[in-house]
Amino acid sequence: MTNIQRTHLDDLENQSIFIFREAYHAFKNIAMPWSMGKDSNVLVWLACKAFFGRVPFPVLHIDTTYEFPEMLEFREWATKHHNLNLIVKINTEARARGIGYETHDPVTVTHELKTVALQQVLAEYKWDALITGIRRDEDPTRAKERYFSPRNAQFEWDYKDQPPEFWSQFVTTAAKGEHVRIQPLLDWTEVDIWRYIQKENIRIPQMYFARNGRRFRSLGCRPITQPIESAASTIDEIIAELEATKTTERAGRAQDHYERNAMQKLRAKGFL
Amino acid sequence: MNNSAPSSSSSIKNPVSSIGSSPTLRVVFVGHVDHGKSTLIGRILHDTGSLPEGKVEEIKKACAAEGMGFEFAFLLDALLEEQKQNVTIDTTEIPFRTPRRQYAIIDAPGHKEFLKNMITGASRADAAILVISADEGVREQSRRHAYLLSMLGVKHLIVVVNKMDLVDYSEKRFREIEQEYRKFLRELGLEARTFIPASAREGENVARASAKMKWYSAASVLEALDSLGPQERDVDLPLRFCVQDVYRFDGRRIIAGRIETGTLREGDQLVFSPANKSSVVARIERWNVQETGPAVAGDSIGIALAEQIFVERGYVASRENETPIEANRFHADLFWIVREPLRVGHLYSLRLATQDVKCEVVSIERVMDSSTLETKSGGPEQLERNEIGTLTIQTRGPLVIDNHDRIPNLGRFVIIDDGQICGGGTIFGGVYTDRTVTKSKNIFWTEGKITAGARAMRSGHRGAVIWLTGLSGAGKSTIAQSLERDLFLLGMHTYVLDGDNIRHGLNSNLGFSPDDRVENIRRVSEVAKLMADAGTVVITAFISPYRMDRSRAREIALEGNAEFIEVFVDAPLEVCEARDPKDLYKKARAGQIREFTGIDAPYEAPEDPEIVVHTDRQSVDESVATILEQLLPRLRAVE
Repeated sequence: MTNIQRTHLDDLENQSIFIFREAYHAFKNIAMPWSMGKDSNVLVWLACKAFFGRVPFPVLHIDTTYEFPEMLEFREWATKHHNLNLIVKINTEARARGIGYETHDPVTVTHELKTVALQQVLAEYKWDALITGIRRDEDPTRAKERYFSPRNAQFEWDYKDQPPEFWSQFVTTAAKGEHVRIQPLLDWTEVDIWRYIQKENIRIPQMYFARNGRRFRSLGCRPITQPIESAASTIDEIIAELEATKTTERAGRAQDHYERNAMQKLRAKGFL
Repeated sequence: MNNSAPSSSSSIKNPVSSIGSSPTLRVVFVGHVDHGKSTLIGRILHDTGSLPEGKVEEIKKACAAEGMGFEFAFLLDALLEEQKQNVTIDTTEIPFRTPRRQYAIIDAPGHKEFLKNMITGASRADAAILVISADEGVREQSRRHAYLLSMLGVKHLIVVVNKMDLVDYSEKRFREIEQEYRKFLRELGLEARTFIPASAREGENVARASAKMKWYSAASVLEALDSLGPQERDVDLPLRFCVQDVYRFDGRRIIAGRIETGTLREGDQLVFSPANKSSVVARIERWNVQETGPAVAGDSIGIALAEQIFVERGYVASRENETPIEANRFHADLFWIVREPLRVGHLYSLRLATQDVKCEVVSIERVMDSSTLETKSGGPEQLERNEIGTLTIQTRGPLVIDNHDRIPNLGRFVIIDDGQICGGGTIFGGVYTDRTVTKSKNIFWTEGKITAGARAMRSGHRGAVIWLTGLSGAGKSTIAQSLERDLFLLGMHTYVLDGDNIRHGLNSNLGFSPDDRVENIRRVSEVAKLMADAGTVVITAFISPYRMDRSRAREIALEGNAEFIEVFVDAPLEVCEARDPKDLYKKARAGQIREFTGIDAPYEAPEDPEIVVHTDRQSVDESVATILEQLLPRLRAVE
């Protein structure tokens, strides 16, 4: 009998690495959206694990121009630290048309500055696969996702007719103009992410930790992202807080709650 | 129930400690449509306090908007369409906890059309809860799901007889269903651990013992789950390390893959199938990990080998005394999940672990309706959606397999058509013997002229001329033979042309004069072209010292639309002369042989060969590996 202990986090890490490598083999023209948020940084970390210290494809920041300055500073640091091939995309056309949180509702702005920006940059670079950091526990629609999830040329997610996925076999082809979303963090929970950040000592933006009684639990655009009341200034305290809370992670993200099924509508149109 | 909405407080509070370090148990919920799976899940989430704040109120509001009472099922069926139809259309996965451990619930849809979703969900599960409605009893999907669970390898099965409130909590009704279903499971060779009478709506025997069913004193649903043993990794099975990719970063060569079963240590001697080359694990490569211990089943790792043998995606590493089966024909049970039926003789792709080969079904022995378990025999020619067949599969190249009952991960595969996963199969009856490969002829008809493309489609590779050039003693013949054997083991048509088989026959009328040497190479070039056109990978092993001759060989090959790959087998003259396997250098130095290349005749090294190997620094296996790495992608570019 071999007696070797592996933890829940080990299982998650191994599965994510496996998915990264399957993706990198199946799709040569691939990119990884990177928001600098905690999940996104775990994703970069796991890519380093999968590819022995490097991220062998570009990382993409969709810059809405409503970014927190601290996040941009972090972007500079992490790009250098991990030697990332960073591509920054702004939907300048929409901004020129005056699309912004000052004048428009959050669903419209999010769609224009994130989803449309993504469509533009995808058309430019012709990536056939994108590696995303979404998790099943974030939102009921994400719970139904696949590890390899096809999107059509209009970016639509056909959640009613998804491909089967079993025995570590995935859909690994994309027709011209289509792309596949690859989601290595699907099985992780918010607490898993925190425990992993702690275990691996992964650097993340400081905004997640409480200052003056408030911290950010989820990070997005400045005008529509609200901090939560919290005294949690260490990872242990954050985990303890999460174990006790019954509030959803994305409660502070206005675009999710603008209307009933807002998230489903955003995602069906191509939102991550 | 409709007027007794649940409270949002919870009696079960979970300790913070140990969560996150204990493995999650994945439980799939299956059963016939409307038998109450989603309701049971909603009830479990509620009773374990696993719902986010506001969720119950949100669903209450949604239900009121639809003009109905509270539905636990809506907690899951968060998508709008589902709320309208009141059926689950895709797999949902939701975490919950008991004081004992963390769970992930997989809710699999019951509708027949959504079988692929059920399989997607169930394939990830450690345990299954199969829900049967007490009023409707055992139905089509109750049976089909149990059969599929057994194929998918779900180990633990708990049967919940739900909606007991609708049959007045009747013990008699419960026993009837239990008896009927146990009989069915026995026919499948399955054993259900537990049968539980329950009412998900009322919470009877879910998180708490039922006061209304005093006749039942065994475990509630949560107790039954908590009593399941921890998952075990397959560390004690024979080693199977499946190669995902070979990376060359910073000059390091790392073989990346996952250990499906067994244990791997630095210093282990591994055999890589299908080539059956051996090498020792020099290092287990991990990034940012202090640990240097062995890698075990489930670990995604990289390894560096002591000798740089050829390895590519799809190869399976094992230990010498417990290698897998290598086959191109085997038996399997296969479930089919797409509308278009599976057809005998149609060309499909087959993926098993990281292997990907072309295959066809040569015969269907038996088709079984997974619900009634009735069989159709008599040589059916196709397998319809939702049917399970016992069949014989033939692949175009060698496949590394195990019997499913021995090593599940290497004993199961999917069939792909047009990029879509169409079915999944489990392999049985394979014989573990020696590693010889038996080739049998594929049956393949085409009309009209046989094109090079048609030949390539049939054999799975293109013909080509691999032209080895280099000094006498550089290792051309040795490499040619080793390369030929490797290509042959990969299922390719290949042949070596060298002095031995050319000089004695075709060119027996030629001597060693400059003109005769030119003619010798010209004839070799022409023969190589014809053989390549016939679909063979021709390897030539001649000194061929003159650039002019080699460039004409290339032109001849190109005229015949055959790929020409020049391989410079490079070793310094001193090394070749020291080797001198046939004492030719000695004789040349002694003046017994005239115009010997390198001594008194020039060797014009290639200026731009496709491939260079340095046999003074690389072993034979390493040289062959260098060639194969560049050669195989070209040969396999068939479609």
